Amino acid sequence: MTKMTAQSSNSKQASYAAQRKLTNTVIYIILSVMVVIWIFPIFWLVIQSLRGEEGISTSYFFPKQWTLDNYVRLFVEYDENGVALPMDEMTYPYGQWILNTFIVAIVSCVISTLIILMVSYTFSRLRFKSRKTFLNLGLILGMFPGFMSMAATYNIMEIFGLKQSLVGLMIVYSAGAGLGYQVSKGFFDTIPRSLDEAAKIDGATRNQIFWQIILPLSKPIIVYTALTTFIGPWGDYIFVSYFMKANQSNFTVALGLYSMLDPEHITEYFTTFCAGAVLIAIPITILFIIMQRYYVAGVTGGAVKG
Amino acid sequence: MDYLDYVQMTTGQKIGYKISSFFGGIIPAIGTLFRIIGAFFKSLFSLIGNGFKGYGYRFANGDAGTKLSYIIMGAGSLMHRQVGKGLLFLAAEVAYFMFMANFGMTYLTKIYSTNVTMSDYPNMIFNGVIGSEAPIKEKDMLTGVPKIVNVDTVDDSNRILLFFILTVLVSIAFFAIYITNTKSAYASYEVLKEGKKPIGTIDELKMFLDERFHVTLLAIPVVLLLLFTVLPILFTICIAFTNYDIDHQPPGNLYWWVGFANFADVFYSNPMKSETFGKILVWTLVWAVFATFTNYIFGIILALLINKKEIKFKGFWRTMFVITAAVPQFVTLLIMRLLLGETTGLNVLWGTSYPFLTDANWARVTVIVVNMWVGIPYTMLISSGLLMNIPEDLYESARIDGANAFQQFTKITFPYIFFVTTPYLITTFVGNINNFNVIFFLTGGGPSPASYYKAGQTDLLVTWLYKLTVNTSDFNLAAVIGIFVFVICACGSLITFNMSKASKNEEEFS
Repeated sequence: MTKMTAQSSNSKQASYAAQRKLTNTVIYIILSVMVVIWIFPIFWLVIQSLRGEEGISTSYFFPKQWTLDNYVRLFVEYDENGVALPMDEMTYPYGQWILNTFIVAIVSCVISTLIILMVSYTFSRLRFKSRKTFLNLGLILGMFPGFMSMAATYNIMEIFGLKQSLVGLMIVYSAGAGLGYQVSKGFFDTIPRSLDEAAKIDGATRNQIFWQIILPLSKPIIVYTALTTFIGPWGDYIFVSYFMKANQSNFTVALGLYSMLDPEHITEYFTTFCAGAVLIAIPITILFIIMQRYYVAGVTGGAVKG
Repeated sequence: MDYLDYVQMTTGQKIGYKISSFFGGIIPAIGTLFRIIGAFFKSLFSLIGNGFKGYGYRFANGDAGTKLSYIIMGAGSLMHRQVGKGLLFLAAEVAYFMFMANFGMTYLTKIYSTNVTMSDYPNMIFNGVIGSEAPIKEKDMLTGVPKIVNVDTVDDSNRILLFFILTVLVSIAFFAIYITNTKSAYASYEVLKEGKKPIGTIDELKMFLDERFHVTLLAIPVVLLLLFTVLPILFTICIAFTNYDIDHQPPGNLYWWVGFANFADVFYSNPMKSETFGKILVWTLVWAVFATFTNYIFGIILALLINKKEIKFKGFWRTMFVITAAVPQFVTLLIMRLLLGETTGLNVLWGTSYPFLTDANWARVTVIVVNMWVGIPYTMLISSGLLMNIPEDLYESARIDGANAFQQFTKITFPYIFFVTTPYLITTFVGNINNFNVIFFLTGGGPSPASYYKAGQTDLLVTWLYKLTVNTSDFNLAAVIGIFVFVICACGSLITFNMSKASKNEEEFS
């Protein structure tokens, strides 16, 4: 009797284990297929950027000629006599675009980070009469579609004499930062208030508390804010396309790469476009992977409390 | 209703509850929207009211200096031995009046000009024009191209409207300084009356590093927001009530106030525009529903697969998907467009010509599928964290009771995630209504039949707004669409806002 139950439970266990193995195999297969689907376009992009043959598409997957020329062509262009053209005479001055985007990103990153930290500290820590009005106003302003007023912004920049300029772009990217305080406000809210109070008893002003106590404790959120504001200009297309019109030497990378797909040049420049896209994607991808856990915390921070 | 009540319902009831609470939430959300706008104006007016509170009392009971400061700002402070402060107030008043005399007044009068004649409309007189000096055009003798003769004196409606709004904003700021001035004069008078010495300028300035530190911190951000966010938004809202379009573009033309005509055009009176609007609105909502829920459900399933206990190389799988999320969106979307083009990418590779992006129905399915490719890794990232929060003993007791994997998912995992992520879900929904990138980079809104007013069959409201602004200069229509999108987004955000206890605890709107 006991033997029989042991046997049946053995076989039951065996079948259970087999079933588990089967499920896991199925899951591995599903995951592998999905990874292939997800990675395929990016893999295709990399392959195309190394293709020697011209043209948008080929009827075969792997190129017949492998080359790095496309990457070289991003930075150097020769005229009929084989002399290298200066950057501002190139058909697509990719190096210039990278430089533009980098300068804009650095400046707006520094200004935006400062602004975001200042605003979020104020709303998290300081209590004053018009605080509610400001928070309400921020909430309402944040609900307007971002580029609804880009024509007006362009007009304003025109009046300041800054239309189609990089300085104008920096100002626009940093000026809106005051509305992006939620994530870092959430962070400041978690720093115990007793720290402030202890410092206050010791005679510190709120100014000193901000710079000497709160900010040194906020390194993670400073890094997060700096990274997100730095990445912003690299991916923005909408505003910059309206703002720069056809002023090609002031394009950012996103706008420049998009302009490479212009039907007139696309057959000649498609593989170069791919090379440019790969070059720009590498650093951004690395930055994103570094900050992914902050990203998750930022998105779910308010939601988890449900 | 709390979590316990919720988990006791059957799956059908749960979904029903969620749907009904979502749609049931819309009307309260509109209510809340008005309440918030109301609360905003209430707090604004109460700020103004607080300014006026005691305005007369201070005048009646103050000394001569206080009374004088009602006309000459800073006089009270000067007479109460606060010289620096008094000079600052005085400087503010002088600056404001100089500003108004040389600059502001012009725009206050020109914002609604009457009896304007325009050379494009002979024998007609216009009222409510933005700008009084219309361009006078004469045909060039040689080329026959119309030229503006009065280039030096002609008005620019854009400038006038912008500077009008700026003048109003400056005036509001000045008014606040004026009230502060009267209050400060009276306060220092009271201190003097008690026989004490009023606070010195240096000490007062030091307060901006401590008691008034919020002013210091907010000053620059607020000025930047006013100039580059509030001013453009106010300008755009005003544009919705004008006829600023391709035919009325400065320089060369003035535009004028037309009341609600643009709203009427878009919503019912102009058949082509209102039909386009209706179709785009329906597609926008269909798109937002599909885009949100496909990403959500498949993202959670993917996270579950990766996080299953026996699955190895979790880091590898996750990184593979995160890579696709990390590549800048315009890059991945442009690759997708080339991969799926009728004469490029996959079609060439396979020797076929599927109209992935060129046939309306294909294109609609394609954008939703590609959006899954874009969005699932994000949902996976977010829900991975949440899955780890589900208490393990829930599963253990379920297993003891004999629940299989599917039952565990429908009874534990899904209800938990669904309950916790509803605010996230609605935020994503609102985000998808505004999802410019996927549509613009993939199809550009196309295919575009002639029956659509400057739009295509996969256009969303926001991409239509973009086209109206960039391609066709229909700024007034674009402004109407923008306001409409604002109302939709505001309702969505407020449903979230009402649901999320985190913000309720803040009690910003109680």
